[in-house]
Amino acid sequence: MSTAAAATSPVKAVTRSRLFWPAVVLAVLLVANLAFTPDFFAVRLQGGHLYGSLIDILHFGAPLILVSLGMTLVIATGGIDLSVGSTVAISGALACLHISESSDPGSLGTVLTALGIALGTAVLLGTVNGLLVAKAGVQPIIATLILMVAGRGVAQLITDGQIITVTSDPYKMIGGGYWLTMPFAILLSALVVLATVLLTRSTALGLLLESVGGNPVASRLVGIRAMRLVALVYVFSALCAALAGLMVSSNVSAADGNNAGLWIELDAILAVVLGGTSLNGGRFSIGGTVLGALIIQTLSTTVYTIGIPPETTLVFKAFVVIVVCLIQSPAFRAKLAARGARTRRTTRSHAAAPTNREVGA
Amino acid sequence: MNAHALLTRLRGQIPLLVTAVLLVSMFSIGSVQYEGFFSGQVVLNLLIDNAFLLVVAVGMTFVILTGGIDLSVGAVVALSTMVSAWLVEEHGWSPFLVIPLVLLMGTAGGWVMGWIIHVFEIQPFIVTLAGMFLARGLCYTISVESISITDPTYTSMAQTRIPLGDLFVSPSALIALLVVAAGFVVLHYTKLGRNVYALGGSEQSALLMGLPVQRTKTTVYAISGFCSALGGVLLTFYMLSGYGLHAVGLELDAIAAVVIGGTLLTGGSGYLLGTLLGVLVLGLIQTVISFQGTLSSWWTRIVIGALLFVFIVLQRLITARRR
Repeated sequence: MSTAAAATSPVKAVTRSRLFWPAVVLAVLLVANLAFTPDFFAVRLQGGHLYGSLIDILHFGAPLILVSLGMTLVIATGGIDLSVGSTVAISGALACLHISESSDPGSLGTVLTALGIALGTAVLLGTVNGLLVAKAGVQPIIATLILMVAGRGVAQLITDGQIITVTSDPYKMIGGGYWLTMPFAILLSALVVLATVLLTRSTALGLLLESVGGNPVASRLVGIRAMRLVALVYVFSALCAALAGLMVSSNVSAADGNNAGLWIELDAILAVVLGGTSLNGGRFSIGGTVLGALIIQTLSTTVYTIGIPPETTLVFKAFVVIVVCLIQSPAFRAKLAARGARTRRTTRSHAAAPTNREVGA
Repeated sequence: MNAHALLTRLRGQIPLLVTAVLLVSMFSIGSVQYEGFFSGQVVLNLLIDNAFLLVVAVGMTFVILTGGIDLSVGAVVALSTMVSAWLVEEHGWSPFLVIPLVLLMGTAGGWVMGWIIHVFEIQPFIVTLAGMFLARGLCYTISVESISITDPTYTSMAQTRIPLGDLFVSPSALIALLVVAAGFVVLHYTKLGRNVYALGGSEQSALLMGLPVQRTKTTVYAISGFCSALGGVLLTFYMLSGYGLHAVGLELDAIAAVVIGGTLLTGGSGYLLGTLLGVLVLGLIQTVISFQGTLSSWWTRIVIGALLFVFIVLQRLITARRR
């Protein structure tokens, strides 16, 4: 996307691109790593598999990219999905339970059935979220909060509070396998991202989503079936989360109902926000989200390699969220603009703020 | 007041009535089903075990009544336990200095979040989410491990039992009840309380009426911050330790208690005493599950989620009909 922008006009188009700042942050983080680990950028081929820190970041970041992808579309419609973490746990638990109970855990049929069960359940969960938000008109935070609370319990119920381990080569492939020298998880998430970009940007779907997020009432009045779109977006988010859950559990060949996907909803929201998608809905950038997710994964990797206690990344994340939100806030920009020499009044954004609230209420 | 007006008034009370009926029936079923369930001490234990949740939920009620949300409460509780334990155990500060300091810290944190929410018009949940990250992160910068407390003031607060006839309560439970009483008075009998309801009803109308919207909003988040810090102090008494993983998911329990207590999530309607009932319902679920013995702890989460679902749908039905 940034390359397309760069092609039209040189330097300015690049710096103005929505992807510019996330890309700069990612680049700075990667270069900073180089100072601590000189061979950070080294990628080597060993036994037909690619190894290296960069590959690791992509590999371990793949589930987050998927979850963030679903979250991006939900946020584009002005919603939010807090239940993704629980969905990650449930899908992993269901798949592992099915495989561990079957007589032939290594067969492809068993694994495919397990995937079917997990993804089918995700569709069901997403539909519940979608109906609550679109049909019943419950605020998205609250509607998905229900599943976030109960879903964790359900995941623990499925695994019986234990960790279910499985030994199944086809299942191991999803999160831990290699294909064409690359980890399969990277290819899988790239495929899903690509399909989503094509689906939203080459068809009117993306435009419709942004229109629903920008002003649901107006969208309905011009004949967009807002309700169906919104409900669909939650199903998509649940599907992405379920796929991520399969990846996570397959990578370690085990399902952990207590900890799988814990806090991933926060990381996903952070990734989306970092990528330049406004939390108020109305526009989204999938490329930005992927960059955002990679920034978070690189940050975690950095913290581990430098040897800071990993938990303190939370402090850093808090500041990032606040700064990014301040930059996105029309009120903050208006105040900055008023203070600066530029007297370009942002009356437009001021007028837009109250109408948004009315629609939300 | 004519019959129609009375009916509309009653409709607003439906969630509260449902909660009260639920509480009574759960207690009755528990009493019939399990031996030793029907006793005053079981009721008092609900208060003792959930004192910190009750205090936090009172703060949350204020925030939700204005139509906002505070996701930082659990993290602030954890940070309060951590700071208390750290200052008292590792720096030898007096608890009588540490407790006011912690309360001040929570209040100031809440005030800052309220200020950012109002001045920069950022959604409350994202600001308080950042507050949650920050508070949890600060816990770990103090220590990744749990710090246990051996200070005599804290241990005596943990062990003191105030007798009530044959029964007893803990000082924390009394403090929590005091907070409920104070919250009740502020919410229903002061100017600030009216402003809170007005703000939740419609922020624009409140602004046009000349109500101090900014002051009310920052105050509400400051109250929630104070309540979280106090909840943290009570949890420190209860756990006798400071730990960054204390009170994980407490924000969800607090929101659930407020919703089950009949406060509308859109703001502007609800009762503080409903929140007390909500906390008691949550506590009772846990008690029933522990009395049952065969049910695992995760059933608590599932039941709370199911209850939330029922109450939110109920709320939607009521508000939809009112329109």
